Amino acid sequence: MLELIEQFNVLNAFWVTIKLAFFSAILALILGTIMAIFRLSPVGVLQRFGAAYVTIFRNTPLTLIILLCSLGLWGQLGFEPASRDSDTFIVDLNFRLAIIGLAVYHAAFVCEAIRSGVNTIPLGQAEASRSLGLGFLQGLREIILPQAFRGAITPLGNVLIALIKNTTVAVAIGVTEAAYALRNMMEFRPDVFLLNFLVIAIGFVILTLPTGLFISWASQKWVVRR
Amino acid sequence: MTSSAAASQPLVVMENVNKHFGDLHVLQDINLSIAEKEVVVVIGPSGSGKSTLCRTINRLETYESGSITIGGEQLPQEGKELARLRADVGMVFQSFNLFSHKTILENVTLGPIKVRGIKKAEADKTGMELLDRVGVAHQAKKYPAQLSGGQQQRVAIARSLAMNPKVMLFDEPTSALDPEMINEVLEVMTSLAKSGMTMIVVTHEMGFARRAADRVVFMADGQILEQNIPEEFFNNPQSDRAKDFLGKIITH
Ligand SMILES: Nc1ncnc2c1ncn2[C@@H]1O[C@H](COP(=O)(O)OP(=O)(O)O)[C@@H](O)[C@H]1O
Ligand SMILES: [Mg+2]
Repeated sequence: MLELIEQFNVLNAFWVTIKLAFFSAILALILGTIMAIFRLSPVGVLQRFGAAYVTIFRNTPLTLIILLCSLGLWGQLGFEPASRDSDTFIVDLNFRLAIIGLAVYHAAFVCEAIRSGVNTIPLGQAEASRSLGLGFLQGLREIILPQAFRGAITPLGNVLIALIKNTTVAVAIGVTEAAYALRNMMEFRPDVFLLNFLVIAIGFVILTLPTGLFISWASQKWVVRR
Repeated sequence: MTSSAAASQPLVVMENVNKHFGDLHVLQDINLSIAEKEVVVVIGPSGSGKSTLCRTINRLETYESGSITIGGEQLPQEGKELARLRADVGMVFQSFNLFSHKTILENVTLGPIKVRGIKKAEADKTGMELLDRVGVAHQAKKYPAQLSGGQQQRVAIARSLAMNPKVMLFDEPTSALDPEMINEVLEVMTSLAKSGMTMIVVTHEMGFARRAADRVVFMADGQILEQNIPEEFFNNPQSDRAKDFLGKIITH
């Protein structure tokens, strides 16, 4: 097993997986929060934009979105988030396009998780904040979002775990993450077919299990008592 | 207190205010003028529009026609101006509506710091004084869920007071409370009334109305049917609806 891990650079591959998950999680959190704010805003156009965003990206297969980032965003539209002068141009490009695809897709789920968190807040708190003279954005920042995040830790955590596993889709555009390593292992060591799977599966469990435990702990610790 | 208050400047003026919820004409041509330092108790059967009346005054609800002015200023439609005017109108809700994730003191200082731009140290000091005034200063570092209903409502009153409002609205402030906690809240409200705060209070607590109100306004079906000084209203109601209503609440 150790020999497999060394031979196929499994640790490096998982490092790429971690980086993919990390950056796309942050981007998804930001984008998803913005979409949630749109959906909560009193402006009709923004509400509809947020709703359309969620509907579109929640219902499109992730693989399609990743391919669209590579073939469409880069291939057709010429959006190139990497420098051609760099030795690692193709690697960087695919890595970054994958992050965009993962973030855009999971932002839809983040948005819905935050909205479920908003639903844990009694309506009266928004009214109390308005009656104090706080504006929409102030009320959002001081009253609604802090409680929404704390009420949404579990669903947000579920999105994070799904995202970690979904990074494997990036293999479709050649990002050298865990699933890419697995593909190599299958090609060159079909004799240890099951072991190959096991190595990669265990790798993911090592990533997701602590994440899940942390989420349970955090959702207890930061629960808003009413 | 009674006659002198009525003689001073009108602070809140509602003229021909109309509002619908769908087909329901919930406020019908409401005319109501409240003088500075006046304490007005609004009573009436459930569903008569008392809460809606309160909520239109600080525009938590919109209305279709008529006008509402506070200190002579029209209520703006929305935006910064509305927020500014709202800050001058305190509101105390039946369900307290304290911010669950903030401490008692933070609940009281949020408005002064974020809306009035007061420095935190100063807001904390004033906040503690207010909490002391409503008798919950020793709970300042706790969270709302750790307090009893009566204590939470007193904090809510302190939170409104911290904004230095021109007028305070109370929408059934004791209806959600266990009986043994009602008096502690009414006492705070009574002393507030004595201190000269302009107050509009929706309540069925007749003891409070007799003790603290300058005027009782009786609402039914979206209309103000009669208004009078408390003694007169309770002893000698004019309309059948008021007689009927008083008969029902006095018996229990
Ligand atoms: N947001 C709303 N949408 C529709 N109808 C409402 C709404 N709020 C109140 N109503 C209706 O308006 C009427 C008056 O309500 P309200 O002002 O709460 O009465 P009160 O406070 O005197 O009990 C009631 O019939 C109530 O059902
Ligand atoms: Mg009511």
